[in-house]
Amino acid sequence: MVSQAHSTEIATQTRAIVDSLKWLEGPLLPILHEIQEEFGYVPQESLPVIADALNLSNAEVHGVVTFYHDYRREPAGRHVLKLCQAEACQSMGSEKVADKIKRLLGIGFHETSLDGSVTLEPVYCLGLCACAPAAMLDGEVIGRVDDEAIDEIVAEVRR
Amino acid sequence: MTVKIYIPKDAAALALGAEKVAKAVAAEIAARGLDAQIVRNGTRGMIWLEPLVEVETADGRVGYGPVKAADVPSLFDANFLSGGAHPKALGKVEELPFFAKQTRLTFARCGVIDPLSLDDYRAYGGLRGLEKAVATTPAQIVQTVTDSGLRGRGGAGFPTGIKWKTVHDAVADRKYIVCNADEGDSATFADRMIMEGDPFVLIEGMAIAGIATGATKGFVYIRSEYPHAIATMTRAVEIARRAGILGTTVLGSPNAFDIEIRSGAGAYVCGEETSLLNSLEGKRGVVRAKPPLPAIQGLFGKPTVINNVISLASVPVIMDRGSEFYRDFGMGRSRGTIPVQLAGNVRNGGLFEVAFGITLGELVNEIGGGTASGRPVKAVQVGGPLGAYFPVSLFDTPFDYEAFAGKDGLIGHAGITVFDDTADMLKQARFAMEFCAIESCGKCTPCRIGSTRGVETLDKVAAGIEPQKNLELVADLCNTMKFGSLCALGGFTPYPVMSALTHFPEDFAPRTVAEAAE
Ligand code: FES
Repeated sequence: MVSQAHSTEIATQTRAIVDSLKWLEGPLLPILHEIQEEFGYVPQESLPVIADALNLSNAEVHGVVTFYHDYRREPAGRHVLKLCQAEACQSMGSEKVADKIKRLLGIGFHETSLDGSVTLEPVYCLGLCACAPAAMLDGEVIGRVDDEAIDEIVAEVRR
Repeated sequence: MTVKIYIPKDAAALALGAEKVAKAVAAEIAARGLDAQIVRNGTRGMIWLEPLVEVETADGRVGYGPVKAADVPSLFDANFLSGGAHPKALGKVEELPFFAKQTRLTFARCGVIDPLSLDDYRAYGGLRGLEKAVATTPAQIVQTVTDSGLRGRGGAGFPTGIKWKTVHDAVADRKYIVCNADEGDSATFADRMIMEGDPFVLIEGMAIAGIATGATKGFVYIRSEYPHAIATMTRAVEIARRAGILGTTVLGSPNAFDIEIRSGAGAYVCGEETSLLNSLEGKRGVVRAKPPLPAIQGLFGKPTVINNVISLASVPVIMDRGSEFYRDFGMGRSRGTIPVQLAGNVRNGGLFEVAFGITLGELVNEIGGGTASGRPVKAVQVGGPLGAYFPVSLFDTPFDYEAFAGKDGLIGHAGITVFDDTADMLKQARFAMEFCAIESCGKCTPCRIGSTRGVETLDKVAAGIEPQKNLELVADLCNTMKFGSLCALGGFTPYPVMSALTHFPEDFAPRTVAEAAE
């Protein structure tokens, strides 16, 4: 029954977010961003509430959520580590950096470690291409990721 | 007198430790009881010198960099507040060759001022363009922008004035200005840099566009990978509203114009203007077929100007100094300046604003100083993931839309990624196909299926399976994608693939043979 209470709570909170933003022109993405900010992901339970309030079909909302890479369908780990894998970072060894981090954390891209401490994701350019390879840990940017930086990152997510 | 110390807050500077440096400097000021103030500026664009700390001295601004937090006590010991000597001292920042050789029109204030100080903005010439715009007619503004020769800095190079004129002439109850700040191309960071370093210039450019076309609402669609830019732009819009630059009367004129900042959601294809419009409307970011042009039926079906950040940010200086002033820079049909971004394996990485016409070789070797690794340059990719790879033998190509097209390349957002001789061009070609497959919006078959087939086929080439036949198949796929795709994602992916194949055939030779030859 806990889960049902939880679903109701998600629906209530979703309703509040939708009500605060639905006056925007084209409100769906801002609403989804806010929901992800609130819950850490976009819960399935939120979708019918949004669809109802915006006069859309469930399928339309679902289609939008799944189209964008940013929206998570399940919670991420406590930390989210994004490693840039685009060309400028490739030219500075981003692939090796990723291999090393994957090995140290024991996970691959799009995976969360078993203890729930970290989710690892590739990202295609952070605009830090003149100080490549680049990474982002919980929204903090890191440039010229070298062995020392890798050790710091790994220590940080294990903390 | 209070000494001003500038420590950048640009994301690249932060990525290199600027926050720690700022904390250390603040601690030293307090501990030593000094009369000094820290200003968090944008970056000058010399990223290899970041964090670049500047001190305002009687003699001008002198720089120290790259500064680590551990350097800070010694800087104070060396009396850097008066420009004292120190191993990290660089001298006057504006006399550094990388900076002195530039023509900073669009980026004139970036890295110089406090990005969120309107007083600074005005003191360095800000708002003069908008003041002129409110004092003249919309048609005259459109004419000035047309005469300046400004072309879309977002890649396609379409004349900005013509877009504006179409929207100006369209009759509708509502029109929009949409700024495409979905800067997703690798090697590009000019948009991010100006939004973080001089946000008011973009706001001013959009307000001018609004007045010129009769649009009353603007959106800045910023990719979610740029949280710092989103935060700075959001604050700048609030400040501009309070100062009467945005709102029901722009600078007290009868024109109304307001701006909303929107965050993308991690879809590269939304950099394409019609998918960006769909995304703003709250839909899947799929590409729309053109016509209708966005200028006629754009956001919510209304006439819409959709311009790139740098195009809009270049408008204030054009309005202020006049179309001729701007047009006098450049070559051929490429007028004015372009912010070139040097990225990847390059010694002096950063942003270099320069008139069109400079050669690729000058940019990479002289300005960029060659590779960061010290090894020979093998290839440079110009224009992001959809741009061509150029070999050193084409380094005499001048930076000019037509000259690049003539060499089967494109300028795109003017990002240059440098690769040294360890690069494997087959791998780079494969990545281009893979990236297209990951990011395809799925609407058209050549892009969606072609890219996936491209990856498989290049894998066969790498494995030495019927290489000749499979390379022909790759060329064939590229042809289909180029002519059959709805937008640039599928349409331009052939550029990196075919250029890699054309200029570096040795990397596509069967692996065993290549290895045996080494
Ligand atoms: S390519 Fe990695 S930050 Fe731009």
